[in-house]
Amino acid sequence: MASNLSTGKPLTPASRSESARRLTYILFGNRFHPGLIKQVVSYVLLFGLTALFLLPFYWLVNTALKSGDLVYTIPPTWLPNPPIWRNFIDAATRSYVGSQSSGMQVPPMVRYALNTSLITLNGVVATLLSSSLVAYAFARLRFPGKNFLFLGILSTLMIPFAVVMVPQYILWTKIGWIDTFLPLMIPQWFGSAYNIFLLRQFFMSIPMDYDELAIIDGATHWDIFWKIIIPLSRPALAAVGVFAFVFFWNDFLGPLIILTSPEKFTLTMYLTNFRIPQQTVTPYNLYMAAALMITLPCLILFFFSQNIFMKGITIIEFKR
Amino acid sequence: MTAISKTNLPSRRFSLKGLRVREMLAGYAFISPWLIGFIVFMGGPIIASMILSFFSWKMITPPRFLGLTNYINMFSVDALFRTSIVVTAEYVFISVPLSLILALFLAILVNQNVRLSSFWRTAFYVPAVISGVAGAVIWRWMYHNELGMINALLSLVGIAGPRWLYDKHTALLSLIIMRLWNVGVPMVIFLAALQAMPKFLYEAAEIDGAGEVAKFFNITLPLLTPVIFFNLVMAIIGGIQTFAEPFVMTSGGPQNATLFFGLYLYQNAFAFLKMGYASAMAWIMFITILVLTVLQFTIANRWVYYEGSEG
Repeated sequence: MASNLSTGKPLTPASRSESARRLTYILFGNRFHPGLIKQVVSYVLLFGLTALFLLPFYWLVNTALKSGDLVYTIPPTWLPNPPIWRNFIDAATRSYVGSQSSGMQVPPMVRYALNTSLITLNGVVATLLSSSLVAYAFARLRFPGKNFLFLGILSTLMIPFAVVMVPQYILWTKIGWIDTFLPLMIPQWFGSAYNIFLLRQFFMSIPMDYDELAIIDGATHWDIFWKIIIPLSRPALAAVGVFAFVFFWNDFLGPLIILTSPEKFTLTMYLTNFRIPQQTVTPYNLYMAAALMITLPCLILFFFSQNIFMKGITIIEFKR
Repeated sequence: MTAISKTNLPSRRFSLKGLRVREMLAGYAFISPWLIGFIVFMGGPIIASMILSFFSWKMITPPRFLGLTNYINMFSVDALFRTSIVVTAEYVFISVPLSLILALFLAILVNQNVRLSSFWRTAFYVPAVISGVAGAVIWRWMYHNELGMINALLSLVGIAGPRWLYDKHTALLSLIIMRLWNVGVPMVIFLAALQAMPKFLYEAAEIDGAGEVAKFFNITLPLLTPVIFFNLVMAIIGGIQTFAEPFVMTSGGPQNATLFFGLYLYQNAFAFLKMGYASAMAWIMFITILVLTVLQFTIANRWVYYEGSEG
């Protein structure tokens, strides 16, 4: 079927690409760049997919700014006209968990935001410090049992939270930590497997010569860790820090099991319990306004750290 | 006395043995946070969980030994247990491959020689930042059959959208679609690997006349296999533990169509206070993950290409 038009001989790959070249010349003349079609297709796909991925954010903002009536018009409208900026204040002050907001000196959402911030900041600092300590030993020190123990860390990645959830809950109950922030703040100081793994991969990419020279100069391993490895690992630490921030900020199952008093709730618990007292229907404009405010810190953090964050990810190798 | 100090003092700083011992002690000191944490918060609870799984315990009354009854009941009496396994398996087997293919596709797209590449990257990554409860709350609203965005969009092209989360035939599908929105983490990992690809291989292939497709299947894909493997293992482990999305969006309904294993386990533990039964379920989850991961590592030797190693 495919034969050379002028000679009738079957097409060899070379002559096929020759005829393709002739065809593009007929169609585009000299203006044709080999990568042009590829470029056009890439941009079309990028625009289309980006629009698709950002649609939920559009709908979030759109709903958050609508008036109470406009949310419930069928079919839904695509613009919040007029935008109600007060929704954010209403969302932050009018919804609270439990029967009353008494006992809270600040607007309910501020209270939950403070609780979440405390847990998150502790979590980020604790994760960075403890995980990098452990990662340093696995990346750069020699000691008996190292490979075995590292394998142990990797295999804990397979242990589902559900397995330790019930006994941990019993443990917290026995030592009176239920309904306190302690179970959400203390275990974080003991390293997390995933982050240890990521940081170890990064630390291993730093030349070992530095350590040897430092040892000859009389440095301790703590000096090497604190004054050489940590300063050289800022991108990886940024990546782990962002991961940790997003994790603790969005954590739900942990607080859900442990916290019972409404004034100790976190933002994710507040969001799942969102309702305005004395209203049977949840006003979705306020609900989305609350959701938007809750996601904002993570979004801002990511926007400002994304370059160093991506650099950190890029250097981490995923080969075992 | 003098003999000891003579041999010890000058050589102390640079004695190989001293350095080795110091390094060893430092090693154990540095890993001690993890070691202590592992024993207290992981190891202990794991053993306790296993023991508990042979008991009936409702927290208020003392535990009662049951032997294997919890495990036997799971597979013989408890129909919801079976439902939760089917739901979770369906979700994992559909959403994991699709999300990884999408993540790889997006990474390749962003990695093309295009302008604004950091903008596209951000757009595709950003859902990962608000995943979990906030994402679930937003999507539940988007899926609303009369007031939501998705059916509004569908009606623009003349399709009467389904009732999504309220229909037992589409509820799980809704969660799978939502999962595909959140592929930022595997995407940036793929992207990092793509950017680390050795250029000379592509140049050599171009000299040999290889096209884009040939280059992708003969260079990119083989070199990516370790990363694909890593993402695959992590995605399956994460998928089996899915909890927040069904908890927030459907509470397992309608008619248990989204009763995920993790959700049913949580209900058993903290709604029905069946601590022993929940522990037994957790062990089934653990064993499933273990078997699947070991299986993947076994199969990995056949398809994962490690540079610098044979086979």
